[in-house]
Amino acid sequence: MEIMDKPLTKNIRPDRAFATLADYESTGGYQGLRKAIAELQPKDVQQWVKDAGLRGRGGAGFGTGLKWSLVPLDNLSQTRYLVVNADEMEPGTFKDRMLLEQDPHQLIEGMVIAAYAIQAQRAYIFLRGEYHLAKLRLEQALLEAKSKGYLGEHILNSEFSLEIVLHTGAGRYICGEETALLNALEGKRATPRAKPPFPLVSGLWGKPTVVNNVETLCNVPHILHYGVEWYQGLARGVDKGTKLFAASGRVKHPGLWELPMGTPIREIIEQHAGGMRDGYTLRGFLPGGASTDFLLPEHLDTAMDYEAVAKAGSRMGTGAIIVLDDQTCPVKMVLNLEQFFAQESCGWCTPCRDGLPWTVTLLKDIIAGKGCIEDLDTLAGLTRMLGPGNTFCALAPGAVEPLQSALKYFRADFERYIAMERA
Amino acid sequence: MNGQTEKFEGLSLTEIREINAEMSHYENKTAVSIEALKIVQKHRCWVSDPCLIAVAELLELSPAQLEGVATFYNLIYRQPVGKTVIHYCNSVTCWMLGGEQVGESLCRHLNVELGEMSADGEYTVLPIVCLGACDHAPVAMVGDKLLFDVTEDAVNKIFKR
Repeated sequence: MEIMDKPLTKNIRPDRAFATLADYESTGGYQGLRKAIAELQPKDVQQWVKDAGLRGRGGAGFGTGLKWSLVPLDNLSQTRYLVVNADEMEPGTFKDRMLLEQDPHQLIEGMVIAAYAIQAQRAYIFLRGEYHLAKLRLEQALLEAKSKGYLGEHILNSEFSLEIVLHTGAGRYICGEETALLNALEGKRATPRAKPPFPLVSGLWGKPTVVNNVETLCNVPHILHYGVEWYQGLARGVDKGTKLFAASGRVKHPGLWELPMGTPIREIIEQHAGGMRDGYTLRGFLPGGASTDFLLPEHLDTAMDYEAVAKAGSRMGTGAIIVLDDQTCPVKMVLNLEQFFAQESCGWCTPCRDGLPWTVTLLKDIIAGKGCIEDLDTLAGLTRMLGPGNTFCALAPGAVEPLQSALKYFRADFERYIAMERA
Repeated sequence: MNGQTEKFEGLSLTEIREINAEMSHYENKTAVSIEALKIVQKHRCWVSDPCLIAVAELLELSPAQLEGVATFYNLIYRQPVGKTVIHYCNSVTCWMLGGEQVGESLCRHLNVELGEMSADGEYTVLPIVCLGACDHAPVAMVGDKLLFDVTEDAVNKIFKR
């Protein structure tokens, strides 16, 4: 049954129209919320999501139920916040936009259930400023949900109340980092915060705060409605549920598909995306957005599971595959990526602020024929210096992933530029 | 030209009303900074120095603090821009599939450099990071509207009224 195979996208139509409240309800919408509120305690909801094995879809893959369970629930009068990270800006990634534009109620239901699970009284949607259509549709859906008692005071005649505030950003990649996002919501420059304390304990305005990705929350209603066992049965690999996977670049049919977790990369690129365009061959790919390591055609049989992709030497990230063809220069592609990261660095910590522009300068020199072979060592050194543990947040470590793997897999391309100069 | 030489006579009542309405959703006035700048920009296309100072006063912030916020975000304009800003994506997938050429073509049509206002004050062209529509690369955003699979023809169409 289609509906049961593709819970996240069952209401999504090819014409970019959106599911109204009536459409959403007609395919089981808000049944998960009804069950949660009528039959389950907040702790039970956390446990269901934990048992289902849902992991965060924003890139890091942290267990969602576990995250919720770390929020202190002891004093019920205390303020807690739920924040939705809808600041999709990872180059190559276009999954949340579709969920927001075409089935906004799915997110709203997921939010109300999550807020109930952590007993938050207010939730914010931090929406990317450029997503204008998503804003209009969310505004309409929020009104609809409120008018039917799914949102607002005494939701479904229970003791639970929730206000959802739609906040639109003003554009900056770093806002996707959860603590930077909280600073942006507080009206400040979006610089990351030192952790600990973690937002779960001290987040928005110093209160316990859960930050979840859009796609993560869209899974929640279905887990509640159809159950843990059903959810686990959706997957083909180790991780549970379905995932939105995408492919872009010179493939025949770039697009976005909801597929079981654990789907092999080969199937996504060759079947769903139709393989390479005529006249092009596959040289490599970034499996999960701009901040993931390159993989090669020999890795095509890797399953899209967090650990499997890590074992192959990269990260599943957002699940958005960016394809490198044989006629695109990998050195220039890496320059484009590093220019992006250098521009979007918030400038808060020195390695990132100074290191990323340095990689850009070196790459530009190499491409201009002004490089020397030692530059490759300098670049490799920078990938280590900007790696995990040396910076406040994950921006720089992510930024150097495509660079370090390009140096490993496409070294000959770098050397060719340098040799050209010699000649 | 647009607003730059006009005399600033304070924020309009509409702007103040819209900014105040936002305050109920947040714990303090600081949190409204970004919304407030966006509101002013919606009415005036960009945020001039006197506007910034007026918003800072309204939110009880120092102008320097608000300036720090205004200059941090890509979509707050501290220089005059045309009535419609055209953003073309220059991130990786669009770059691979001709995004840079779209930018060049836009500038050529308007006879402007990036960031410059067209002579009639109608348009400004700026690059932007991934717009989240990579399956339709190259992508641009004209005002609020996303434009998919941007070709030379599509660029022509933008300016044909």
